[in-house]
Formats: sequence, C-alpha cells, structure tokens
Amino acid sequence: MTDLETFRSETRAWLEENCPAEMRKPARGDDDICWGGRNVVFQSDAQKQWLEVMAERGWTVPDWPTEYGGGGLSRQEAKILRTEMAKMKCRSPLNSFGIWMLGPALLKFGTEEQKKHFLPQIARGEIRWCQGYSEPGSGSDLVSLQTFGEDKGDHYEVNGSKIWTSYADKADWIFCLVRTNKEDKYQGISFMLYDMTNEGVTTKPILLISGASPFCETFFDDVKVPKSYGEGISSVVGEFNRGWDVAKYLLGHEREMISGMGGDGGTASLGAGFKDVMASEPVLRAQMALFDVDGLAFRSHSERFMDEWKSGTGHPAYSNLMKYIGTELNKSRHELVMAMGGSDALEWESEASKGGSKARNWLRTKANSIEGGTSEVMLNVVSKRILEMPGG
Amino acid sequence: MAMILNDDQSMLKDSAREFMKSEAPTTHFREFRDKECKDGFSHGLWKQFAEMGFTGILIPEDEGGLGLGHVEAGIVLEEVGRNLSPSPFLTTSVAAVEALKSAGKNMRERWFPGIISGETVIGLAIDESAKHRPANTACKAERSGNGFKLTGAKQFVVQGASSDMLIVAARTAGSEGETSGLTLFAVEKDAAGMSMDPVRLVDSAVAAHIDLNGVEVTADAVIGEVDDGWSVLTKILDAGRTGAAAEMVGVGSGAMDMTFDYLKQRKQFGKVIGEFQALQHRAAHLYGEMEMARSVVLKAQNFLDDGDERGELYTAAAKAKAGLACNLSVREGLQMHGGIGMTDEYDIGLYMKRDRALNEFFGDAYFHADRVATMNGY
Ligand SMILES: Cc1cc2nc3c(=O)[nH]c(=O)nc-3n(C[C@H](O)[C@H](O)[C@H](O)COP(=O)(O)OP(=O)(O)OC[C@H]3O[C@@H](n4cnc5c(N)ncnc54)[C@H](O)[C@@H]3O)c2cc1C
Repeated sequence: MTDLETFRSETRAWLEENCPAEMRKPARGDDDICWGGRNVVFQSDAQKQWLEVMAERGWTVPDWPTEYGGGGLSRQEAKILRTEMAKMKCRSPLNSFGIWMLGPALLKFGTEEQKKHFLPQIARGEIRWCQGYSEPGSGSDLVSLQTFGEDKGDHYEVNGSKIWTSYADKADWIFCLVRTNKEDKYQGISFMLYDMTNEGVTTKPILLISGASPFCETFFDDVKVPKSYGEGISSVVGEFNRGWDVAKYLLGHEREMISGMGGDGGTASLGAGFKDVMASEPVLRAQMALFDVDGLAFRSHSERFMDEWKSGTGHPAYSNLMKYIGTELNKSRHELVMAMGGSDALEWESEASKGGSKARNWLRTKANSIEGGTSEVMLNVVSKRILEMPGG
Repeated sequence: MAMILNDDQSMLKDSAREFMKSEAPTTHFREFRDKECKDGFSHGLWKQFAEMGFTGILIPEDEGGLGLGHVEAGIVLEEVGRNLSPSPFLTTSVAAVEALKSAGKNMRERWFPGIISGETVIGLAIDESAKHRPANTACKAERSGNGFKLTGAKQFVVQGASSDMLIVAARTAGSEGETSGLTLFAVEKDAAGMSMDPVRLVDSAVAAHIDLNGVEVTADAVIGEVDDGWSVLTKILDAGRTGAAAEMVGVGSGAMDMTFDYLKQRKQFGKVIGEFQALQHRAAHLYGEMEMARSVVLKAQNFLDDGDERGELYTAAAKAKAGLACNLSVREGLQMHGGIGMTDEYDIGLYMKRDRALNEFFGDAYFHADRVATMNGY
C-alpha cells in the first residue's frame, strides 16, 4: 500500500470509531453545525464530542500546521479526509469565519506570535470571529470605507459603523477594516483585530427575507483597541496602513469558499430526487436536465480549479470566476427545488415543511451572488484581470 | 487522473497548436472551400497529420500507433477546432479506430496501417434521420449465404464519398428503438448495391446520403458481435462525442479569442469597445461558460481513458455543455463584431457555421441533456 492508501484506510477506521452516529445525518441548516465561540451552546452531546475529538486531532483545520492547532496534512491527505468524511456523511465539526477567512490571512500575513496566539483558538472553536468590511456607504466600493482609527499612543480609538456583519451578535472578536490614513485611499486602511466585548461596540440584528437575522449593523463609539496583545502580538495584521492587501487576499478565500456552494451537498444529480414530479412536467424536466449538465460541468470545473491551484498554474484572480459561476448555479438550483416542490415548498412554518426549510433556503441563496462581492463585481474583475479588457 | 495536462500532453499540445497554425489555419480551410473540393479536405494535409503521428494516436503501440488516449486525441481536436482545419481525424482516427479496436485481428491488420499512414479515410454510416437517434436504426441486415445483405438509407455520413470503408449500423434483430439487435459492418467503398449522394453542408464539409440496396457482405465484415453492435456503437459514440466536444472547445475558444482581440481594438464613441461594461460582462460570462465546457470535456476524456463507468454520463454532459458554450461563443462573437461579423471575409462566420455542424454531429445538446436526465434516473 502507498502511504496515501494507508492514510485513507486509517482515516476511515478512525472516523468510523470517533464520529458519533448523530453527526452522520445531513445537517438541515446552519444551526445543525457548531460555530464555536465563548458562548457556544451545543445542540447535543454528540456535537460537543465530535468537535472535541476532531479538534484534538487538528482536523477542524486539517491542512494548517500542527503548531497552530492544525492537522499538518498535505493537500492530498486533506482531500482524502474530505472525501472520506463526505462518504460517511460526517458533518463538519466546526464552521467559522476564523477557519475560512481570518486563518488563511494570518497564515499569510501574521507574525509568528500572532499565529501562535490566534490560530489555535480558532482551530479549537474557542473564539468566534466576524468580518467587519462593509459599511453603509461602502459595499462594492469597499475601499471607500470610513470607519476611522485614531492613533492614541498605546491604542487606536475606533469610530464608525459596519453593516451586514454576519453573526456580529454572536461573535467574540472582529477582524475589521479601519481607515488609519484619510489621505491615502488604498494605503490608508489597516486590518485590525479586536474583542467585541470592548466598550463602545454595539450590534443590532437585521431581519432577512428568509426570516432569519444572521447579520447586524455594528457600531463603534470611541472603541479603544490596544496596539498590542502581548509580545509580538500586534492588533494589526500585516503592515500598518496596508490592510487592503490583507483584505483582498482574504476576499480571495471567501470567494473560493462561497463558490463551493454550487457543488452543494455532493449529490450527483438534483433531478434524481424529483422523479415523480418530472414524469408529468416535461418542460421542468428539460430545465432540470440542463441544470444537471451544468452541475456535472461545475463539479469537473471545481476539480480542475483545485488541481491548477495546487500546481500553481491557476490565474490569481480565478476565484472570482468560480464565485460567479458557483453562486449563480446555486441560485438556479434552489429555483428548481422550489418549482419541484410546488405549493408544498411554500409552507413557511409547518412541521411537514421542516419549518419552511425549502423556502428559507431558497431565499438565503439569493445572497450568494451579493455577499463577498456581487456577481457584477466578479464579472468586472474577471474581465479586467483575466481577460485584460481595457478601461478603468 | 489529475485535471491538468502532464508534461507529455503539454508538449503534444504545443506541437499540435504549432502544426495547425502553420499548416492548416483558416486560410487553408478557405482555399479548400473555394475550390469546391469534392472531399472537403486536403489529402496532402491528411498525410501531414500522419507524419505528425496524429492519425494513429489511439491505435495501440504494438499495432503501429501511439497508444495514447482520449485526452491526447482531444488535444489534437481542440487545435483542429481552433483553426477550422478540415480533416477526417475525428471520424477516422477517433471514432473508427475505436470501432476497429473491437474488431478481429484480420480487420485491424486490414485497416490500421492505412489509417496510420494517412492514406485511409473511414466514414460512419449511423444516422438515418435528420436528428441523431442511433437506437432508431432501421437499416436491415438479413442473413444471406454465409454473410449478410444490407438494405436501408443513411445520411449525414461525413466524408462518406471520400471514404475507403464505411462503418454501417444495421439491424439484425429486434425493432426500431431497441438497442439490442444491432450489428456493425465494415462495408468497402465499391460494394455493389451502394449508392451515394454527397451534399455540401453549411460548414463546407461534404456529407453523403447513402442508399444500401441489398449490399452483400461476408460474415467477416461484422465488427464485434452479431446482435450486440450496441456495445461497440457505444464506444464509437462516446469517442466521437467527446471528440466532437473537444473540437467544439477549440471552435468556441478560437471564436472567443478573436472576439476578445476585436474588443480591444475597435473604437466607438471615442473608446475601445472593450471598455463598455455591457460587453465586458458578456465577455466574462462567456469565458466562464467556455471554462466549464473545457473542464467537463477533460473529465469525460479522463473517465473514458480510465475505463470508469461514469464515462458515458460525463460524455453526455460534455457534448451538451461544449455544444451550448461553443454556440454561445459564436453568437456573442458575431454580435460583438458588429456588421463586419456578417461578412464572408471575416472568420467569425466560419466559426458559427462549424459550430452548427458540430453541435448536430453525434447528437445535439438537447439530445445529450436528455440522456443525462435518463442516466440520472428521470
Ligand atoms: C448574507 C450576507 C452576508 C454578508 N456578510 C458580511 C459580513 O460578514 N461582513 C461584511 O463586511 N459584509 C458582509 N456582507 C456585505 C456584502 O459584502 C455586500 O452586501 C456586498 O459587497 C455588496 O455591497 P452593497 O450591499 O452595498 O451593494 P452595492 O455595492 O450598493 O451594489 C448594488 C448593486 O449595484 C451593483 N454594482 C455596484 N458596483 C458596480 C460596478 N462597479 N459595476 C456594476 N455593477 C455594480 C451591484 O452588483 C449590485 O447589483 C454580507 C452580505 C450578505 C447579503
């Protein structure tokens, strides 16, 4: 057996033994997955146990180095772990913006001390992070942001407000884009980390069309952000005033993550689940068939994207294209799910509809092509950076 | 198999690209079109394909070929598509070779050498109606002596009148619509009772309508097993479909690149038209569609080369997606060229014509989307 085959069989055996049966049922929504944090409320003992055993092994973040709480797995091993987990239908033990966004940014831009301090807390699910990018006046045109951090010697005094901050009301800490130089648009932003329990931080949940309120308005009134949390642990990641570089790098990861949703659930065919409806709906069946073609194409495409990424041959702006395709596809998928479901799928609260899960999920997907950069912005980037179209 | 080309494949890509660009660019295509050449391709170029080793790309090494797979054949086809290079490569070196691999030793020895040397052309006589419906084959093959007698009509036999041999799908049992009861025959060009009516197509290729009027063949002419032609036909079609899909990736990419160049040159309203966001977004969307097509075609080729059972599903998805994306590319391409796109002098129209023919060849995107649905159980 090759090393990878050995790894595969050992992984399978370990998962068999350690993943509680309850954690092998498909998650019905965000709440079924643990997001960690100081105030975490576990849905069940199984959920808690699953997080603990996985964190212990570093497998909440399989490809991070072990010294930062990761599993130290190679890309291939991490892929094997993902595949085996998918085969056994193991739920993700921990979801978080720390894992998907801040972690990769710290690994790239953080000092050794910052990494040692912040990354293990993320890996173990102890600290839950939120992302403070968008502001009321700065959405797609993010670089125009105005939340300001004034240098007060040993700390910055932060004033301003953010909006659409996902889970700000549940997060412990925020990674926040703060203007630290009003004269320089691009090189006047710093990437700051601070505690949401700081005095002067308030959050106000916003109700969405799906009926959930997963994001907030976030206000900062004279918030004191220490310049340092200890030897080498600056509150600013990367260089002071060069936070835009960190922000952009992180957005690349965010887009990659969101684009993954087009592959949704790993089922080969959306149509396979709706045979009865389609037998009497030829036009709907045709739509579904074309969707399944795209589904297979996107799946192949994601695989090629990953392989090119690994081999270093991918274009650096390619995740923008992936985000555009993946999110548009996911929206189409949920349009079809609603059409297949007919009036059953309209039910908003009933037991039979699992609390309106189809309708709520359908509405949630509409945000996919807005959050993390809109489809139109993705097309702008693809056209300028990949196709090298002229114009500013 | 990884979804990126290895070193050998990258080298093949470079040499195929270089070769098509210098020996068979669109000017070569125009030359043969304008001559009203009865074959629709140049025998000289076909010999050059042989010198490059392309003709025997799928033929096993111990039989004189390169022993490579569908990924490699696809690399050549993409360049064929990009340059609109007319040749019998897809039918002869891809689909027919795939058929002959299921044939006996005698037949292989009879045909492989000529294919490898670029002397032999083989046609596929499968379709009987305007739409590709192989299971509907009605052409009859009745036992006669120790052989068979073929009766029926075929159409869309590309390069049929230039072919030395035709692979004919006929029914030895069962009835129209059934996949069992089909048998494949190798019919030589001068067989008595076979008549051809070659017609020029929109893309200037020449395809034949064929009448089989009691054509006598011996039992040796059977490719594969009697009544089980479907299993060989499936291989021929999978090879032909991924091949056509790869060629469409080339056609679509060629049209797209031309269009993007044009967007960067043409000025209106005091600006290069590529500065207009309305066009930029359509360009970026098109690029994404072509990228998806490229990926699913590569996946299908990988599965076929690995003998993976998902090959058929992915082949259907590949032919459908490549068809849709290539079609979008030529339509957007023509529109973004404005009036000049409508002129014969400009190449974009040639790409549009080629796309139409390739989309139809081996079944269009709707046919294959329907197959995806069926294979997915609905
Ligand atoms: C569910 C969800 C979660 C989110 N979570 C977070 C979070 O955790 N943290 C955070 O900081 N932000 C978050 N966001 C905010 C998100 O990043 C912004 O909504 C997004 O960047 C768009 O900004 P906007 O809403 O101001 O729209 P606008 O920028 O005002 O856009 C309005 C419309 O104009 C179009 N448009 C804008 N500029 C251009 C252009 N140059 N060319 C063509 N069209 C253009 C857009 O595409 C869009 O269609 C979240 C959003 C959603 C929906």
